[in-house]
This record gives sequence, structure tokens and C-alpha cells, in this order.
Amino acid sequence: MTAFDEMLGSGSELRPAYAALDRWLKEAPPETLALRRSQAELFFRRIGITFAVYGDEESTERLIPFDIIPRVLTKPEWTKLEKGLRQRVTALNMFLADVYGPKECLKAGIIPADLVYRNACYQLEMVDFQVPHGIYCHIAGIDIVRVDADTFYVLEDNARTPSGVSYMMENREVMLRLFPELFATHRVAPVDNYPDQLLATLRSVAPRSAPSDPTICLLTPGQFNSAFYEHSFLADKLGVELVEGSDLLVKDDVVYMRTTQGPKRVDVIYRRIDDDFIDPLVFRGDSVLGVPGIIGAYKAGNVTLANAVGTGVADDKAVYSYMPEIVKFFTGEEPILKNVPTFRCREPQANAYVLDNLDKLVVKEVNGSGGYGMLVGPHASKAQIETFRKKLKAAPEGFIAQPTLALSTCPTFVASGVAPRHVDLRPYVLSGANGISCVPGGLTRVALKEGSLVVNSSQGGGTKDTWVLDA
Amino acid sequence: MHEIVRDTPSDAPRLIAKRPDLIMLSRTADSLYWVSRYVERAEYLARILDATMRLTNLPSSYGGAGSEWQSAVSTAGCDDTFAKVYDEANERNVCDFLTFNPDNPSSIRNCFALARSNARAVRTALTSEMWDALNGAWLELQRFEKKRMDREEFARFLDWVKNVSLVFDGSAYRTMLRDDGYWFSRLGVYVERADNTARILDVKYHVLLPANEQVGGSLDYFQWTTVLREVSALTAYHWVYREAVKPLLIADLLILNRRMPRSLAACYENISRFLDLLGDSYGRQGPAQRQARKTLANLSSTSIDDIFQHGLHEFISDFITENNRLGGTIIEQYLQ
Amino acid sequence: MRIRISHSISYAYAEPARQITQILRLTPRDHDGQHVMSWRIEPTIDGRIRAGQDPFGNLTHTFSADGPISSLAIQVSGLIETTDLAGIVRGGLERVPPEVFHRDTLLTTPDEALLGFAEEATGSSDSDLSRMHALMDALHAEMTCHPTGKRSGVGAAAAFVAREGIAQDVAHVFITCARHLGVPARYVSGYVAQSDALPHASGAHAWAEAYLADYGWIGFDCANGLCPIDTHIRVAAGLDYADAAPVRGARKGGDGENLAVLVSARQADGRTANQ
Repeated sequence: MTAFDEMLGSGSELRPAYAALDRWLKEAPPETLALRRSQAELFFRRIGITFAVYGDEESTERLIPFDIIPRVLTKPEWTKLEKGLRQRVTALNMFLADVYGPKECLKAGIIPADLVYRNACYQLEMVDFQVPHGIYCHIAGIDIVRVDADTFYVLEDNARTPSGVSYMMENREVMLRLFPELFATHRVAPVDNYPDQLLATLRSVAPRSAPSDPTICLLTPGQFNSAFYEHSFLADKLGVELVEGSDLLVKDDVVYMRTTQGPKRVDVIYRRIDDDFIDPLVFRGDSVLGVPGIIGAYKAGNVTLANAVGTGVADDKAVYSYMPEIVKFFTGEEPILKNVPTFRCREPQANAYVLDNLDKLVVKEVNGSGGYGMLVGPHASKAQIETFRKKLKAAPEGFIAQPTLALSTCPTFVASGVAPRHVDLRPYVLSGANGISCVPGGLTRVALKEGSLVVNSSQGGGTKDTWVLDA
Repeated sequence: MHEIVRDTPSDAPRLIAKRPDLIMLSRTADSLYWVSRYVERAEYLARILDATMRLTNLPSSYGGAGSEWQSAVSTAGCDDTFAKVYDEANERNVCDFLTFNPDNPSSIRNCFALARSNARAVRTALTSEMWDALNGAWLELQRFEKKRMDREEFARFLDWVKNVSLVFDGSAYRTMLRDDGYWFSRLGVYVERADNTARILDVKYHVLLPANEQVGGSLDYFQWTTVLREVSALTAYHWVYREAVKPLLIADLLILNRRMPRSLAACYENISRFLDLLGDSYGRQGPAQRQARKTLANLSSTSIDDIFQHGLHEFISDFITENNRLGGTIIEQYLQ
Repeated sequence: MRIRISHSISYAYAEPARQITQILRLTPRDHDGQHVMSWRIEPTIDGRIRAGQDPFGNLTHTFSADGPISSLAIQVSGLIETTDLAGIVRGGLERVPPEVFHRDTLLTTPDEALLGFAEEATGSSDSDLSRMHALMDALHAEMTCHPTGKRSGVGAAAAFVAREGIAQDVAHVFITCARHLGVPARYVSGYVAQSDALPHASGAHAWAEAYLADYGWIGFDCANGLCPIDTHIRVAAGLDYADAAPVRGARKGGDGENLAVLVSARQADGRTANQ
């Protein structure tokens, strides 16, 4: 299986968008490149952009490897992608409004009702509750993979608290610092207005009772969370307070921050805490990260939570397989972005096929994330395959399977020099009361191990700067 | 239902994030306050160890009492925790306990760890210089921790600790905005420093009492200079008093002399000033301001003779209690 | 049967609490088998109290008060008229489709031992109804149910390993097994009146309900080994204890909590049960 290469296409052609980059790669002295690579690493270390790997006591703070060769998309490619992303996120929001409201899509049989009702992410608290401005998923990260010059697939929707946007911005920052000459020869669409767009989005969804200059804060689980750097980075860029659960208090269904001058009312909370932990009075009672009473304030219409509670039902991997139908049902349009063909193991016929072809398929746990709970058939040992066979037979509804895609590759610095490595793309889509916005590009993640298809940072993936060329 | 607008105009004006004037999370203020306290405490521990090493380096013919290391533990304020871990207060045990021992919540290592973790939680409230000082110190500390240190190396380590505190303090002074963040951070420094100076006096008060003066002898001299060294004031002493080292004057220098930056009076001058700045900018005075002013007034209206007459030990004990109470009041008024 | 309830939940704190918020699920709703004649909830200290309902339709009272609070009691009293409907729950408010009650929760996560037990206990039954009865009987025989216990928050699997627990635990075990057998099941908290017919002690109680296509929701009280009769008062229901807990609270400060609960559920004076 030969993968489509973003620079070289399917063979040895040189795709025009990469022409100047190719020249530069060939001309730049290897020592310079090596120097720049170590400078880049130094930069990331210095700013402290680290992430924690759970269950790894050796080094609780790790740096995600950064590759200096950018991933390039042309304007037409991006335009089409962006259109597809807008359509997809519109449909996600409409789907959420529907399953927590009139349930038309269940009545019409677009998606089996039990997939929604049995889903632990379908939050009963949200049923028949009108979220402010009708928006559920204010910040979405849609994982995209590419298989050839024209075909992009959505691999996964992230509708809860997608992370990584700080890497998108810092990657650009370091590239601008280290390779100013490249930006002189390429017209790269900027990404640094992301915080402005995010702030505008958050302000637009403030409760109607809030003042015209609403108070916004970012709620983090705290410094031991793997994405804490990103939380503090974003709070800083947004110019809002970075709060922990204990910084907030609820009185008479109104949320306040504890400040040195007494309680200060909060209108919009960009929360990076999962549903389960956000309010110990309503969800997990053992949570010490959350704010007792915050759901009461939310439901009284006194505060906006972004994303809304209960968005997880839309990015569940089992629901994912119905997304093409969902997009069509709600937007009345053909889906612009395709889904990866998906076998729903809950369907006996599909499961039988999956069991017969475990060595060829990627099997994913419906509720797994971060590349855990996943079997990549072609790279798996016999023992791993047998473990999954058992799991699939015991609880088929917990799994989906997909063919192993020939994810596109991108030239990447590795120990032996420059070599093709598989990449994906996570663009960030913002939905506010005044529409949808999406900065050009997103976060490109790269699987640094040769042949590996797993790009997750917790599994040894790295990142690249993503360029959308304006011309 | 959802409304779709085709495009956000690309020339939308850049939104300027408006932070309401002087809004500071109580937790942020709390962390700034504690970061400073822990750094100050680490420096203080290094000074105690440094001074004790000098004292014990004296030839035994000077008749050292041999309790210097126990006294160091007392001065650090951790007799109880020490007794749980060690039987004997000797050089090795005390140095280990006060520097790297993870079981001592106030070891130099843990002070730096706590300072860094507090700093990390409020990373954006610090300037990058302050963060670099703490983060760098934490990384460097791990290198020291792995080494086997001889006395010389250990002395270098203690110097390094003092230096970290200097760099951190200097970064704060040079780079922080002069607003509530800075004021809380300064309050941490001076509340801790007042506590530290008072503790030295509390443990060593007996060598400063007149009875000892008559005994005279070299050991006393070394004990007295040790006290001065612990607050790096040996040179300052000579500048201020221009006479031989005398216990009464040492006490005067450490308690009442406002020119001496570690004296109780100087600490309270600063505490009171920063609390007033906070009170003015928030438009509200509270119990912390009143308490600090009262202590400062006491320190201003008393003389060292009065203090000795009424009992040095009582005076210091009362001060430590009052200073702790102020710390509690600051927390209650602003930090929770 | 007419039952008088008197229930008091008292908290004392070694260190006074600065703030307390509680969500109380202590008020029953009417359904065909019970009619609430009078009901009162009174906290012993001043505070704000707001009535509402949760996603399952349970009546809630959100109570919050500012400190310093060194002691607090919630006092519940009421009079209720019940009818024996052989455990069938009908005519009440149902806000959530039965389909939801297939979900596993933290307290009802199965393990292999539980699943094996569920299948073995019901293997010879030929309908869901008889399977549920078989399951109840088997659990009633298999598990020792104590009137009160120190442990709380023990999941179904752990309770089953111990083969003992309080009514709450046995209900969780039943729910977990029923869901595994494909029958939607939920947790019910309530009261049970004193009666010679019941082996388990009277007072606050918990049992399970299973949803059967031909009947709707039917109660199964494994602690007593029978379907609820007119001694049972249904107060709240949910996926597990966490959804139906009489009190869920959060507080600032208030270390050293001491909890005391007094419940009496007695037939009202001057009447004898007419069973």
C-alpha cells in the first residue's frame, strides 16, 4: 500500500505547492537545518509547552516533538475543506439541539434511538433545556485524514474539549522566528487571530441577562492536567482569568469568581473540564475539580458553558458512523466531507466481517480516545488480535472497525534524514451567535515511527506547522 | 436554532481583551504570596546552614557546646518533624534534613518545589524572568541532589540557593507591574522574613542576654557573629554601630533598626506600606491594615532597653504570634 | 395503608462550615400506588430553598446556607396513603425513556462473576418477568442484607463479592444483573413501613425496578424478597444511588462531619392495614 505523499503525490512528481519548500530543503546546508531543529526544541522547552502522559511516572512532563518541515495546503484545497467543516459543525450543533429537544432524527430513524439513550454522554440534565443562543459545540476539532489528491475523510469529530490549538499557534510562532525567509517566499495565511475569534465567539454566546461586556473565564482542572499549558496559554491570549473549580462559587444560581476584592460575577465559562467532573452535586460526587451548583446556574440561564454539557453524544465513535446521514438530514445537503467507511460491530453481519478480517482492519473502542483501546490490525501481534477478538465477541456494541487507510505522508525529519511520515490534520471550528469561523489550517500531527498510523501525542506522535497558501 | 452566517469579515477589528481593572483571583494572589514566602524561606535555611557550618568549623578548644546542629534545627522551626526522622542532630542529619529531605515539608528542596508548583499554577501572573528563575532553579536543584557533596561543594550549593533567591527577588523588583500582584508577592517576602528573623532571635536569645555578656569568652563572640551572619548583617553591624559586637546592639539591629533590611521594624514598615497600597487601590481598609499598623507602631515606640527590661524572650514570642496572626488575617481578607 | 413518615438527617461539624449546598430528594410524587396527603421539609437553620425537579422527574429541593454552620438538620414529615399494586408502578411521571436504563454506571458496572450469576440464576426462566423474579429470589437468598452499614459508594461488583451489604448494595446488584439480561432497570429510594410481612427493618429503604414490555415498571425488593406492596413508599428513582440519593451536598469548610439519621415509618394512628 503506497500512501499519497503531500509533496510528491503518488509517485515522483513534485506537487507545485511544495516546489519552493523542496528547493529550500535541498539548498539549505544540513548543519543549518540541524541547528534550527535544536533551536526549535529549545524554544518549546523554554516556554514550557509540555504535556503530561498519564501513568508514566518517569517523566510526567514531556515535550511533543516538533518537525520543522511544514505541511502545505493550497487555497483551493483549504476552501473545500473549510466548506465541509462548516457544514459538518453546523450539522453537529443541529443534531445536538435535536437530540436534547424534539428528537426528530430519532423519530425519522436516522440513527437508532438506543445509540443516543444508552450513551453515557447523552446527559439527561440537558433534555428540554434551551442552551444560550442554541449553540452546543462552540469549539470543535475535526480530525481529517487525506488519502489522495482530492479525498479528505473525517476520522473523528471532537465536540467536547478538543485540545492542541496552542500547538497550532506556537508551531507557527517558532517557524516565523526560525525561518523568516520561508515566509518571504510563501504567502501563508495567518493563524494568530484564533484567540480573537475565540473571544468573539465566547462573548457572542453570553446569557442575554449578561452585561454587554460579559466576564469570561477559562476553567481548568489544574496544573496537573495534561493540557494545562494550553489552558494557561489561551487564558493569557484571551485576556481572561484562568480559574480552577475552587476559584468559583455559586450563590442563588449565579456564578462568581473569588477575587481579592470579593466575589465577581462570571457570565461565560470556557470550560476544559469534562462533564462528569464539572458539578459534584449533579455528576460525579467525588469530583474535587468542579463547582458545586454550576449546573443549577447554567440551567437558570445565568451562565453559558462552552462547550455545552452533553456534546459528547455527538462525537461518540458509534454515532460517528451515522454522520453522513445526520449531515444530510439536518442540512439538506450532500456531505462535503466523507466519513471513513465504518463497520458498526453492533450489527451482526458487520461484526462477522470484522472478526474475519481483524488483521486488515483498525478496530476502535466506541468510548476510547487518545489512541488507547485501539487495534491496528496490520501492525498487531497475533496475541493482540486474539485479545480484541474476545472483546468483540463479548461486547460488539462497544466497537467500530475501519479499513486501514493509506494516510497521506509528508516529508519529515527523522534520525536518518528526511523521510515520509503519515500525517493527519485537526482544524478548529468555532460556532458563536454570529456564525462559524475557522482559522486556515489547524494542527498537523505526524506519526514519527516509520509506517505508524498513530499520530496521538501520547503514543509518540509529533506536530508540524500547517500552511494554507494564499496564492 | 442555529443560525449560520456565511463568513466572518476578515477585516474584523482586533478585539482587545478587556480585563476589568485590577481583578485578581484570590488563588492567584495566594500563590504569588506563597511563592515569595517559599523562596525567602529557602534562602533563610541556606543562611542557617552556612552560619552553623562556620560555627562548627571552629577548633574545639574554643569550647563549643556541641549543640549547634540542634540549634540550627530549632532556628529552622522544625524540631518536631526532625525528631520523627532522626535520632541525632549531627551535621550529616541536619544538612540532609534541611536541604533535600522530602519528608521535611520545609526543606530547601521542598521550598523550591512548592514555589515552582505555586508559580506554575499562576504562570501568567509572573513575569517570564521570575518563572525562569524558579524553573531554572528547580532543574538545577535536581543536579545538586544527585551529586555527593563534600563540604566545599556543599558551601557552593548554599551560595547557589542564596543566589536563586537574589535572582528571583531581583526579577520581581525589576519586571513586575506595580499593582496588586507585586504587592502580594512583597507581602509574602516580608511576612516570611519577619518570621525568620524573629526565629533566630527566639532560638539565640539566651546568648544575647546580659548574663552571657559577663561570661564573655570567644565562644560567645562566635555565637553573636553567627547570629549576624544568619541575617547577613556582620558588615552592616560595624557600619551602623562602629563598635565591637555587643548583644544589646545585635538585638537593636535585628529588631528595631529600620536601616537593616531584615530587622523586624524594616519588615513591618514594608508590610504596612504594601498593605496600604492594596487598601488604597481596592478602596477598602481592613483588619490586616490595622493589625500591621499596630505592630509597626509598637516597634517604633519602643527602645531596645525597654525590650530587655520587659524580657527579650517574651517580646519575641509575642512578635512571632502576632506575625502569624497577621499572615492569617491577610489570607482571610484577600486570599480565600 | 396510611403511613406517617418522620425523617431527620442531622449534621454536626467539628469545624464550622462556611457554606453548604444540598440537593434533597426527599419528596415523593403521586402514582397509582401512592397518594401524598401532606408533606413538609424543614431545615433547622435559615437558608435559601428552591423546589425543582431533576431529569428523572424526581422532586428536588436545593438548599443553601452560609456559615458559620456548626450543625444542621433536615426534617421531613408527611402522611401518605398507599395501595398494594403488586409492585407495578403506573400513573406517575416518567420523563426518561426506559431505553436509558440499559446504561452501566459507576455503581452498576458488572464483572464476570456478576454476569455469570445473573445468567445462572435466570437460566431456567422463560420470560423476562420470571427472570426478574428468579433474580430477586436468588439475590435474596445469596446476599445478606444489613439494616445499616458503614460502607457507602461500594459498587455492585464489590458488594456481590462480599455477598453482603445494605439495601442499596443489593439493589445495585439486581440492577446490574437485569441490565445485563437486557432488561432496563433502575434504582429507587424510599421508605418502608413497619410490618410483620417484611423481614428487613423498616425506615429508609432502597430497591430496584425493572421495565417489562407488557407491564411497565415493576419493583423488586431483594432485601425483603418481594415486589413492593403497600408498605413501600417510592421517593426518587434513577440510574443508581447517585441519581436518587436523599441528600447530595457540597460544603466549604466543615471538617469533621458527624451524621445522624432518624427515620420512622409507621402506620398512621387509628387504622389497621387492610391487606
